[in-house]
Amino acid sequence: MTDSKYFTTTKKGEIFELKSELNNDKKEKKKEAVKKVIASMTVGKDVSALFPDVVNCMQTDNLELKKLVYLYLMNYAKSQPDMAIMAVNTFVKDCEDPNPLIRALAVRTMGCIRVDKITEYLCEPLRKCLKDEDPYVRKTAAVCVAKLYDISSGLVEDQGFLEQLKDLLSDSNPMVVANAVAALSEINESSPTGQPLVELNHATINKLLTALNECTEWGQVFILDSLSNYNPKDEREAQSICERITPRLAHANAAVVLSAVKVLMKMMEILAGDTEFCGTLSKKLAPPLVTLLSSEPEVQYVALRNINLIVQKKPDILKHEMKVFFVKYNDPIYVKLEKLDIMIRLASQANIAQVLSELKEYATEVDVDFVRKAVRAIGRCAIKVEPSAERCVSTLLDLIQTKVNYVVQEAIVVIKDIFRKYPNKYESIISTLCENLDTLDEPEARASMVWIIGEYAERIDNADELLDSFLEGFADENAQVQLQLLTAVVKLFLKRPAHTQALVQHVLSLATQDSDNPDLRDRGFIYWRLLSTDPAAAKEVVLADKPLISEETDLLEPTLLDELICHISSLASVYHKPPTAFVEGRSAGIRKTLPARQGSVEETNAQEATVIPNQESLIGDLLSMDIGSTVTQAAPAAPPTSNVDLLGGGLDVLLGGASDLSSGGVAPSTTGLLGDIFGLSSSPTMYTPPKTCWLPAEKGKGLEIMGTFARRNGQMTMDLSFTNKAMQAMSGFAIQFNKNSFGIAPAAPLNLGALQPGQTLEYNLPLSTNGPVQRMEPLTTLQVAVKNNVDVFYYACQMHIQVLFVEDGTLDKRVFLTTWRDIPSANEVQYTLSDLKGNADAISAKMTHNNIFTIAKRNVEGQDMLYQSLKLTNNIWVLLELKLQPGVNHATLSLKSRSVEVAPYVFQAYDAVVKNV
Amino acid sequence: MIHSLFIINSSGDVFLEKHWRSVISRSVCDYYLEAQRANPNDISPVIATPHHYLISIQRGGVSFVAVCMEEIPPLFVIEFLHRVVDTFQDYFSDCTESIIKENYVVIYELLDEMLDNGFPLATESNILKELIKPPNILRTIANTVTGKTNVSEVLPTGQLSNIPWRRTGVKYTNNEAYFDVIEEVDAIIDKSGATVFAEIQGYIDCCIKLSGMPDLTLSFMNPRLFDDVSFHPCVRFKRWEAERVLSFIPPDGNFRLISYHISSQSVVAIPIYVRHNLSIKTGEQGRLDLTVGPKQTLGRTVEAVKIEVLMPKCILNCVLTANQGKYNFDPVSKILHWDIGRIDVTKLPNIRGSVSIASGSNTAEINPSINVHFTINQLAVSGLKVNRLDMYGEKYKPFKGVKYITKAGRFQIRM
Repeated sequence: MTDSKYFTTTKKGEIFELKSELNNDKKEKKKEAVKKVIASMTVGKDVSALFPDVVNCMQTDNLELKKLVYLYLMNYAKSQPDMAIMAVNTFVKDCEDPNPLIRALAVRTMGCIRVDKITEYLCEPLRKCLKDEDPYVRKTAAVCVAKLYDISSGLVEDQGFLEQLKDLLSDSNPMVVANAVAALSEINESSPTGQPLVELNHATINKLLTALNECTEWGQVFILDSLSNYNPKDEREAQSICERITPRLAHANAAVVLSAVKVLMKMMEILAGDTEFCGTLSKKLAPPLVTLLSSEPEVQYVALRNINLIVQKKPDILKHEMKVFFVKYNDPIYVKLEKLDIMIRLASQANIAQVLSELKEYATEVDVDFVRKAVRAIGRCAIKVEPSAERCVSTLLDLIQTKVNYVVQEAIVVIKDIFRKYPNKYESIISTLCENLDTLDEPEARASMVWIIGEYAERIDNADELLDSFLEGFADENAQVQLQLLTAVVKLFLKRPAHTQALVQHVLSLATQDSDNPDLRDRGFIYWRLLSTDPAAAKEVVLADKPLISEETDLLEPTLLDELICHISSLASVYHKPPTAFVEGRSAGIRKTLPARQGSVEETNAQEATVIPNQESLIGDLLSMDIGSTVTQAAPAAPPTSNVDLLGGGLDVLLGGASDLSSGGVAPSTTGLLGDIFGLSSSPTMYTPPKTCWLPAEKGKGLEIMGTFARRNGQMTMDLSFTNKAMQAMSGFAIQFNKNSFGIAPAAPLNLGALQPGQTLEYNLPLSTNGPVQRMEPLTTLQVAVKNNVDVFYYACQMHIQVLFVEDGTLDKRVFLTTWRDIPSANEVQYTLSDLKGNADAISAKMTHNNIFTIAKRNVEGQDMLYQSLKLTNNIWVLLELKLQPGVNHATLSLKSRSVEVAPYVFQAYDAVVKNV
Repeated sequence: MIHSLFIINSSGDVFLEKHWRSVISRSVCDYYLEAQRANPNDISPVIATPHHYLISIQRGGVSFVAVCMEEIPPLFVIEFLHRVVDTFQDYFSDCTESIIKENYVVIYELLDEMLDNGFPLATESNILKELIKPPNILRTIANTVTGKTNVSEVLPTGQLSNIPWRRTGVKYTNNEAYFDVIEEVDAIIDKSGATVFAEIQGYIDCCIKLSGMPDLTLSFMNPRLFDDVSFHPCVRFKRWEAERVLSFIPPDGNFRLISYHISSQSVVAIPIYVRHNLSIKTGEQGRLDLTVGPKQTLGRTVEAVKIEVLMPKCILNCVLTANQGKYNFDPVSKILHWDIGRIDVTKLPNIRGSVSIASGSNTAEINPSINVHFTINQLAVSGLKVNRLDMYGEKYKPFKGVKYITKAGRFQIRM
């Protein structure tokens, strides 16, 4: 009996037949029918029409049947949300089942059903399950919180599930801890700000380290990954973390090993001062990395990509392990190429002989891509390991003798670099190169060869003939070959002007008259002008000494490398790109950087060397060098030293943060601004801060909301601009506020109509203060839900407290005085206002526009004292005393109120009003 | 985390899909299929598509493609996929397309049990087997009669204990513990017979059928041999660090206790040599002559010897005579297979004959390679020896056995 029987398709009425079987009274029949349905589902057939019949089978005490029905529900609930409601009752009941397996199963399945109506019912059972006595249920519930967050992040925050999840970090069962960590890190990943929701502190770290030893391998990966986000407070803590993590390097699961390597690499950065400890740690890192290379090719590939990063950061770790990177002929090509890359990075004087003989071996392999890379590698070795240059050159010559076309071409390209690095040393081989002139058909190889001929024109007897032969097909050549030809002929002319005048005129006319390539024409004209006006200057420019090129090609930029080290084992490490560059929908928020080293900073890899850019740009560089050495100085971007680099990383973070803020504070749209201007010009009104972005388009599925609060003629409004950045029109807008500190609620429904793609609509929503009241933190937080035909979006914004200042906020002088005395001095807060402009009267006038009323003004010992009062919509009185000194642009503000919590917001309002009107 | 899994056969049909979150259209596999078409043997394990990341492994002609959407450790996914394959093999003794199709429902149930919302849930074979009983004919018949199911109704005992790999209440009439010390020699030998690179990748695979909760201690005569070790989670790392003994409560049944790596500290013995001579000149018949012989085997017989020669592209066919075993040459892949069997020291296996060469081909760029397979019983080539096995925690006397095998891993000779 096999399951393939479920796939035997019957006649036409397959669905109909299943339907009748599902409604059969016999349990066995029912189960068989559900199995058939599941089987059809797995192969992608649409069996959603059977929804009600399958759901009917759900109430059963047979666990297998229940599981099957749950499987079905998970797949189809989304498409049949109304039907899915039918299942809710059974779920809720199952969450109370005495069998923990069933409780867990129910809460797990409910979380997978991504239907809003169901999630509402999920909250209560989930809350219970998070506190369940059985750890199996708790660990399942922890994951469920992450599921729920994915469906409705607002709900998770409102219902306090995050807090409960954080509590699970201290659970007695390591499995539960691991799952809580996993859920939290997933929530962090998708959190809008990119800010971690849970700050790891010393205590939690200890709990995680304890759980690490006991939880499953997958849990260990989660825990290690979140440990890697932790910055230990001092070296001792870093050291103890290292000691507790090192045993993970001996785990059978490669993912655990690599995650442990990540944490250790990061900690080593902190402990760089302690060379002894780092030394032993480095020694421990090498064997597990080597072992990863004896696993399956997929594991090897990921390991190699990571090792590539590690050897760039710490070349010492694997310097003795060169041999494990030797290529086997049946390695998959993706493994071969990576191994080769690492071999070059590890090449040193000590092992160069071995490396070269291997590379030579590879250069005769079958796979063309690999062979090319091997030949290039030989050239890179020549440049990197100076004493071996001669050996490399002779190896390359041997390879050229094989006459294999692509090997020869590749060899010529790298020999050009070797000539650049070691001028006047290996020119004897030029004749061998020239022999192969006819076989070159790739532009890069041709360009390189032409460059060589031009550069050494004085030593090649028939240079003019050779170049002349190239000129015949000038028009058909690739642009880079044309450019090289032009330069080479000019060089030839400058070196041997005797018989080459005709040639140079020919090439100049070809370049300037017959070509439509602007680069070529420009260069032609420059040479022409130079040659005709001042041949001596032309010689100085064209034949100027070129700066030497040196060692490391394609090293990662140090800042990027540091960031990638923090992402070892992740996708970023495979792509060698920061996650922000490729993970979809990820806010640019947090970029990981290595912690700044403590203790003395040793400049190990400060390289002043110029970097050879990759081949394409090299040709460009060569050209610019021909024109003038001043230009060339700037051309190769010298890598910043790592000292600067750490700063750079830090600045990046700062700037990243700052730019976030500034992008939040986008200037108001023109219409809003106009309104403001008109408002100001007619009669001064209350200060309204510019609109800020509350809901960015990427969160709002294309809907962008900017807004601010205003008070006009005693009416509070929320001024909103809706922009549709999606492709479809939006309609059916509605708005709702959560309970808030001041009972703010919309006074009228949002009546926006349809919003066409690309359109921006302004809307001033009148607000009332008779909504439900709940104290928020911070006080002025207002949580808003906006609905449209696409989805419901949630965001929180901060109100400006001045919109809550009411018009009848004046107190009688005497009442003011008694109230001031009555309020205990504990309720007095002081604040310094800075950057004041204007005198007391001007300020007082400004304040009045904002419903801050001046009760009295006195002059005491040359200081202006303003006594002011204001009242909030919820009848909180605030009394203030403003002390101004003439000629000083700051003032002391004392505030007294029975509800002193509002003080910081009132101060903010003062600041805003004083500065902005 | 892992969103979906697609299982694809070698002709590019998606024959199973499982989604742990919202359904992802199977058209996402097109990116994978494109890579498969381009080069079926060299599919990059990580493929980026505009919205998803496809992380895949290939086993037995079947591709397992996991779809992820956010930043995730790729090794985590790869290891998980390996575990899926292992589990299938464990349940159905093989993991082929037809077997997967035959056991759709169990496989679906298994996948559902192994991952929840993309987080691994239960991947230990012990726990899974308690949750979902592996199918066998007897049980299927019994279930049909009694109406019972393969799905357990109670929570597996090991699921949450500190030793999730072992269930409680294990009972055997014969208590046995077998250890196989398997060493694979990975090596590259150059033309002249010199060793370019050699290392030993070793494993100790166990088959342990012991009642109750036995606590075992395995010690070695020469534990300093290891360069690097990876342990099954049951091994107590502290004891290893301190005393260099393996102390553990074993899982029930078959499992890999430790894998180890030996390369740098000791010289790796090369147990076999191949004398080879291939002479090719353009426009002529070429000649091939191979002789295989034992090298450092400590007197043991080399068995199950197989040789694969990747011939140069220019060779059209071979006409050879072997004094032992059978050979065949595949003119498409240019691989010469020679199945030798055991090596008799008195009469070394030899194969010789002529090879025909495509006319006008370039014979300068030839570097054939030989891939060698062999097995040597009763020998651990590193010299590793198990000293003793002690059992605590249980009263009975178990039957103990240790077997040593040396095999060729990736053992290559360049010609």
